[in-house]
Amino acid sequence: MTAIHCHQLCKTFRQGDEIVTGLDHVDLDIAAGEFVCLSGPSGSGKTTLLNAIGGLDTPDSGEIRMGDIRIDQLERGALADVRLHHIGFVFQAYNLIPVLSARENVEFVMQVQGVPARERAQKARAILAEVGLDGLEDRRPAQLSGGQQQRVAVARAIVSQPDLVLADEPTANLDSVASKHLMGLFVELNSNHHVTFVIATHDKRVMSYARRLIRMQDGRIVSDEAQ
Amino acid sequence: MASPHLHFITLLTLSWRNLWRNKRRTAIMLGAISVGVWAMIFMTALMRGMVDDMINQGIRNLPGHIQLQNPSYLDDPSVTNSIAAPDDELRAALDGLGAARWATRIKVPAVIASERETRGVNLIGVDADAESDISGLPQHISEGRFIESDDDGGIVIGARLAEHLETRLGKRVVVMSQDPDNNISERGFRVVGIYRAKLPELEEFNVYAGRDTLQQLLGIEGRVSQIIIMGDDYRDLETLYQRLLAVLPDGLQARAWYQVDRYLAAMYNMMDGFVLVWIVIIFLALSFGLVNTLVMAIFERVREIGLIQALGMRPALIVYQILLESLLLLLIGLAAGNLLALISIQPMQDGVDVSVVAEGMAMMGAGSVLYPKLILSDMLLANVVVILLGILTSILPAWRAAQLDPVRALNTT
Amino acid sequence: MSNVVLRMAWRNLWRHWRRTWLTIGAMIFSNTLLVFSISLQFGSYDMMIDNSLQAFTGHIQLQHPAYLDEQKMRYALDDIDARAQSLRRDLGLETISARAAGFALASSKDRSFGLQILGVDARHEPLVSTLPALISSGRYLRPGAREEIVIGAVLARNLKVDVGGELTFLGSGMDDSFAAGVVKVVGIFESGSSDLDRAVAQVNLGYFQETFAMRGAGHSIVIRAPHIDDVERLVTQLRANIDDPAAVAVRDWDELQPGLRQAIRADMASAWFMYSVLIVLVAFSVLNTQLMSVLERTREFGTMMALGLKPARLARLVMLETSLMTLIGLALGIALGAAITAWLSVVGFSYPGMEEMAEKFNLPDRMYPAISLLSLSLGPGIVAIGSLLAAIYPALRLNLLQPIEAMRAV
Repeated sequence: MTAIHCHQLCKTFRQGDEIVTGLDHVDLDIAAGEFVCLSGPSGSGKTTLLNAIGGLDTPDSGEIRMGDIRIDQLERGALADVRLHHIGFVFQAYNLIPVLSARENVEFVMQVQGVPARERAQKARAILAEVGLDGLEDRRPAQLSGGQQQRVAVARAIVSQPDLVLADEPTANLDSVASKHLMGLFVELNSNHHVTFVIATHDKRVMSYARRLIRMQDGRIVSDEAQ
Repeated sequence: MASPHLHFITLLTLSWRNLWRNKRRTAIMLGAISVGVWAMIFMTALMRGMVDDMINQGIRNLPGHIQLQNPSYLDDPSVTNSIAAPDDELRAALDGLGAARWATRIKVPAVIASERETRGVNLIGVDADAESDISGLPQHISEGRFIESDDDGGIVIGARLAEHLETRLGKRVVVMSQDPDNNISERGFRVVGIYRAKLPELEEFNVYAGRDTLQQLLGIEGRVSQIIIMGDDYRDLETLYQRLLAVLPDGLQARAWYQVDRYLAAMYNMMDGFVLVWIVIIFLALSFGLVNTLVMAIFERVREIGLIQALGMRPALIVYQILLESLLLLLIGLAAGNLLALISIQPMQDGVDVSVVAEGMAMMGAGSVLYPKLILSDMLLANVVVILLGILTSILPAWRAAQLDPVRALNTT
Repeated sequence: MSNVVLRMAWRNLWRHWRRTWLTIGAMIFSNTLLVFSISLQFGSYDMMIDNSLQAFTGHIQLQHPAYLDEQKMRYALDDIDARAQSLRRDLGLETISARAAGFALASSKDRSFGLQILGVDARHEPLVSTLPALISSGRYLRPGAREEIVIGAVLARNLKVDVGGELTFLGSGMDDSFAAGVVKVVGIFESGSSDLDRAVAQVNLGYFQETFAMRGAGHSIVIRAPHIDDVERLVTQLRANIDDPAAVAVRDWDELQPGLRQAIRADMASAWFMYSVLIVLVAFSVLNTQLMSVLERTREFGTMMALGLKPARLARLVMLETSLMTLIGLALGIALGAAITAWLSVVGFSYPGMEEMAEKFNLPDRMYPAISLLSLSLGPGIVAIGSLLAAIYPALRLNLLQPIEAMRAV
């Protein structure tokens, strides 16, 4: 599953008494290995689009394909499987399970996938070293800084070799130094592991790392440029 | 697909650690469960002990686990409704019942007179060797001795009766009863023993003499009133009873204790029901707190649940994880509660003195010392009920947690 | 000012409505159970006492001081008829009757049996005992009649005699002389208690006194009070009016049947043990809820303290919240409990095994619980107190809060 294909995606929500448009007939194609940024102000639909691609949220209408799989037609259990095996997530905050150590958080998805213990441990150690957290594996999230937590999240997202990593405002809670480090990590992983990255953000610094920048507004894509 | 074994370890780790995230809350809930389980087992043991005592006392007084007698004897327990003493065939059959002890007995109404007073009593002719199995009597002799042989010429009376009659050990009393032709027969006896009973009113009415002596007095040589059979356990008489029915000669009626004394039978049957009701009531009282604890824990972890769903864990596994958490809580609480119960019952094994309400206990048929009786099936029942019902009540909160929409869950503030 | 606090407390409760309702639920459950159970208990105790006493013992008896321990013929009260009559005058009660008792060997055609014969005042006995009304065949004694006897059903069976049959009896009188007589069975009574039906035989007092050479004496004067609550007062009155305490003792029902009150006490002790467990479990629930509720508002409380509120105020807020919760639990619990009990008081309540219990303790075989103010409020009241006590710890913890630390809390 290497490419993402979205065709005429529509989604509306109810907020209080109002009906809000999340996605308005969105068409999008992303090739394998791309490094894409979705940008736009709050309410532009970038998070909604990300959630739809990641199978977290089903669109009201339209088609989403990941390789050969019709994401929009899967039921909850099958969607969970897709997320488990094919997608890595990095959220703005609360990425980690508080009662597990950094290493255990990284190993978590592999455990659910059924990877044997020794392999798990090896991979976890390797990836944590790659993201620069050597020596901090046994700390719990509460004992790590914001930047360190995000790096653990990225490690976890990458370690099971997903086809796609989706990140939603990953730098929103970080200072500029930590942001820079995190984005550098994203770029490196994208080129070393050939994983597709789709990042939703309204941070201009983040956007500067994108090779392809897609701007959204009011649920529609208004521009889509390579940079 | 992933192996369930791996899932279990992951889930168990998560569940265990989640349990201790909020130590105070978990500790308080554990405290509640321990107290509840302790109360379940403790109270049940005390009640069982009391009912057991009542039934044993009652059976001693009937007497016997199973009685064989003339069918008319129950309505009219007089000397005319006697039965023949067991012949060799019956003896062999009775001995062959296996693990049962049996004895013959004479029991008729009579009048006892000392120099000063007269009283109506139950005159009981016993099989000297076998009587201790039946009524436990030789152990409770307070002065003198029990009947030593079937043709013993002495009589053994209760301490209270001795007081009423204003007589003592060694003195003479006269016993009057009637023979089958309704002629009054009487005979003098020397008081050779005085006994005390757990239920004082028995001391006033039951007097004991040698069986053969009474057969002569009553003109019923070779005959007895009842054959008393004692099994091992009053609870478990069915096989014995069936075997007995198979060898029973015509003209003899066999009745088990629960057929003779409906009050005792009712008490016995009620107990199992009572135990279950008590356990369920306590569990229900605990269940509110249990569900609350679970609901609070889930509420605090909504974002995390959203995260786990995003990472690809199926809803069913989320349900299992939460149920596992609940199960761990219950298991620890059960362990503590069981332990507490054992520790608190142990020092009471020698009996709790409730003589301050002795007459009241006697009214109910129990002695003035309470012995707790812990039986395995009660303990098992308590544990099983708590686990089963506990899991059952946890299912709804767990299921609702798994139904959370991941997007909304992740965005909860 | 307190209006705002009240509103705040109320709204705080409903921030986590599930949690609050679950805690209240525990209270409602316990309260309902307690109301029902206590109503049942109180009702059955009163009934047990009444039924036991009215069968035979009565509420108060006057006897020779030594008679209670040793029922000997010679421990008698002389001029018993006159005494009874003057008591009726002094107390203004007709429910007073004299009795005498003696042992005899009774013989029918086929059987002999040792039993206690009671001499009773046929006119007044029905006023102190329910036995005369339980005649199942024949009739009760006629006042003044001589050679008549009524016996219990089991006794009749044992003696193989029926109404119209004859009994000869032989005993010894007060002066150790022979007491003998022939009487006709005019009635057989069936009380349902085999103890009574087996043991009691009644003849007219006058006839008894003659036959047993009592010389006008008797053994007890039985008094039935209008209501059990009057007993204490009457006993005091009687004791005050006794001229010769060495010859006459006033015994109340507790002395006559100590087993009754003790059986009740034993039952109450075990019941209260069980109730306490319920109350403790509810307290745990409240403790947990209120503790969590306090801890999760640490930041909020910190802010309030920074604004100038003292911890004591916050503690009072927590206690107010607890009180509101408890009040709801109390009200709904009492309502539900009262509804169930009221329904059962009409429909009646019984469980398997009750019939046999009832026979032994002189209770009817269906119970009709009676609601009283006490039975409605006792259990729930204690649950309420327990809940408030449980909330004290969380409330007190507020004193430990430091505003700045608290505001930084997660």
